[in-house]
Amino acid sequence: MELFIGIINYLVFFGITAGTYAVLSLGLNLQWGYTGLFNIGVAGFYAIGAYTAALISGPPPDVWDGRLVGGFELPFLIGLLAAAAVSGFAAFLIGLPTLRLRADYLAIATIGIAETIRLILKNESWLTNGVWGLQQIPSPLYEPIYYGAKGFVDTHPELYPWVQQLILKAYNWFYLLLVVVVLVALYYFLKRLTRAPWGRVLKAIREDEDVAAMSGKNVFAYKLQALVLGAMIMGIGGALYAHYARFISPNTFKPLYATFIVWVMLILGGTGNNKGAILGAFVIWGTWAGTDFLTNYLPFTASQVAALRIIMIGIVLEAIILLRPQGLLPEIRRSRRLSRGEKKTGEAESPPP
Amino acid sequence: MDILARIPQLLVYGIVSGSILSLGGIGVSLTYSILGFSNFAHGDTMALGAYFALAFLSLLAGAGIPGQPFGSLSFGLDFVLSLVLAMIATSAVVVLLDRLLFRRLRLRKANRITLMISTIGIALVLRNVIQFFWGPQPHYYSAKIQLAIPIRQLGIRVKPDQVFIVSIAVILVTLLHCFLRYTKMGKAMRAASDNSTLAQVTGINTERVILWTWVIGASLAAAAGALTGIENKFITPDLGWQMLLSIFSAVILGGLGNPYGAIVGGMIVGISEEVSTAFISTGYKPAVAFVILIVMLLIRPTGLLGRRN
Repeated sequence: MELFIGIINYLVFFGITAGTYAVLSLGLNLQWGYTGLFNIGVAGFYAIGAYTAALISGPPPDVWDGRLVGGFELPFLIGLLAAAAVSGFAAFLIGLPTLRLRADYLAIATIGIAETIRLILKNESWLTNGVWGLQQIPSPLYEPIYYGAKGFVDTHPELYPWVQQLILKAYNWFYLLLVVVVLVALYYFLKRLTRAPWGRVLKAIREDEDVAAMSGKNVFAYKLQALVLGAMIMGIGGALYAHYARFISPNTFKPLYATFIVWVMLILGGTGNNKGAILGAFVIWGTWAGTDFLTNYLPFTASQVAALRIIMIGIVLEAIILLRPQGLLPEIRRSRRLSRGEKKTGEAESPPP
Repeated sequence: MDILARIPQLLVYGIVSGSILSLGGIGVSLTYSILGFSNFAHGDTMALGAYFALAFLSLLAGAGIPGQPFGSLSFGLDFVLSLVLAMIATSAVVVLLDRLLFRRLRLRKANRITLMISTIGIALVLRNVIQFFWGPQPHYYSAKIQLAIPIRQLGIRVKPDQVFIVSIAVILVTLLHCFLRYTKMGKAMRAASDNSTLAQVTGINTERVILWTWVIGASLAAAAGALTGIENKFITPDLGWQMLLSIFSAVILGGLGNPYGAIVGGMIVGISEEVSTAFISTGYKPAVAFVILIVMLLIRPTGLLGRRN
């Protein structure tokens, strides 16, 4: 029973982390999967979201803190929206000089912004507390839920111990629910957007920019919108992370955990498919977290096992690119769906003008 | 200390780091112009070269090759031999990666971005293979401490090793120039970089050109990595990744796809990064390359020596 409870509790924790990654993966899918924008600075937008949320909702500077400002103790939702807004604004600034150019330039500029943001987080102690990071970020509704669950267990001693243990972890259950709600909301929001004409223009741009431009679409404006919206979603991911982890530092946002793993998630799951983006996040995070136990079993040092696990992620990426470039859940091509629909119902949709 | 008085010394550091960035940038530029994609694994190829040099140094020491330093340099024949061996070994690894991965994608006509994504995967793999074998802690080529020699007339101090780094860079760049200018393969490479389809029609063996591109890029990267180890006094697995942004800024500044542009860009970025420390916090040194990149993208995205298209 102990083991069973342990596994359940771990799965809840796993769901929260993987769900947060799925938010990042959805953001990247809008940029890369739908619009073909090569953003390899996911870490930067993720970090901006996390720090914004922490500064908006966190406590004011303590005496031992290197900070001078921030910590407004505003509600979670305001922090979440601010995280999206600031992250989107950063994307707007980075998009202006790069989106008219070839994909290579955007890629390099996004690496640059991610690294520059890390430098700012490290150096501007008055705002970010430097390498020590921000602590005591409040988790929304933590006190009522945690003490409520504790009080319930205390007043009901007749419950089985394993039921009590599950109830005591009520906060994690709540946070998992919160992450799932955000994820589902984003999923349906993106589904609507990408099925609307707006989303179809994005795909047209991805397939052939010149053709999209020739049909009178302002390619630059659409790309900028997709970049900003994707970055806003990544900012929300950052806020979700900060409020759960309750501690963030510049090292949380190193390119490996915050950028590359998200790319592998999206590519494995299925570029251009939002369900795939979510599936990929759970599969890759499962593989990553699931190989953690190897540390105790392989005849190597912890650092060597960590390196092996990253090599594994790298090889998974190359294997997908070589063997199944469309990912686990390939993008649903509209043309195919149309022709199938025609066969079934016999009614053709209006032909393209 | 007066800010302006520090500038000559910072220029010295800038020229040294610029030489290293130039060597790194040439490979990025060649890969871009001939294979058509940005190689984000290039920084980690440099790191691999630095660690190969380390491995050969200890092998040579084991084989009894004398490690007697040359003159006032901090190393001797053993390092020069290790450098050459590291260039060969790094090329071999890169050519192997091309056979295993990039060639397959090329034959399948995979698009540029797929290739770029796969280079990101290779970057991760290389860096962690290094970390697996050598660990995350710094390694040293030599434990000797070298004193800088003051040149009073110019108000600077220069270490003999720094002269060595710049000389090696000049020699390698000259060799590359002669190769591109005067050999048949060099001419074929220039043709392929101008117009690969046309080059193919005229009977140039594109696969051989690509092979040479990898070998030259990897050799120069290995040299850049090992020289970074000499200049910094230590190497870590992420030494190449840390320089990647500066290298790409240099290459774009000079004109993406033009190896000579990479040299000009490398020098400008190297010098700007070092001189910036007189005016802004050293913590922001890596961001200088980024600012140069953004300014360049806004003003002239084709680069200083780039063609307008």
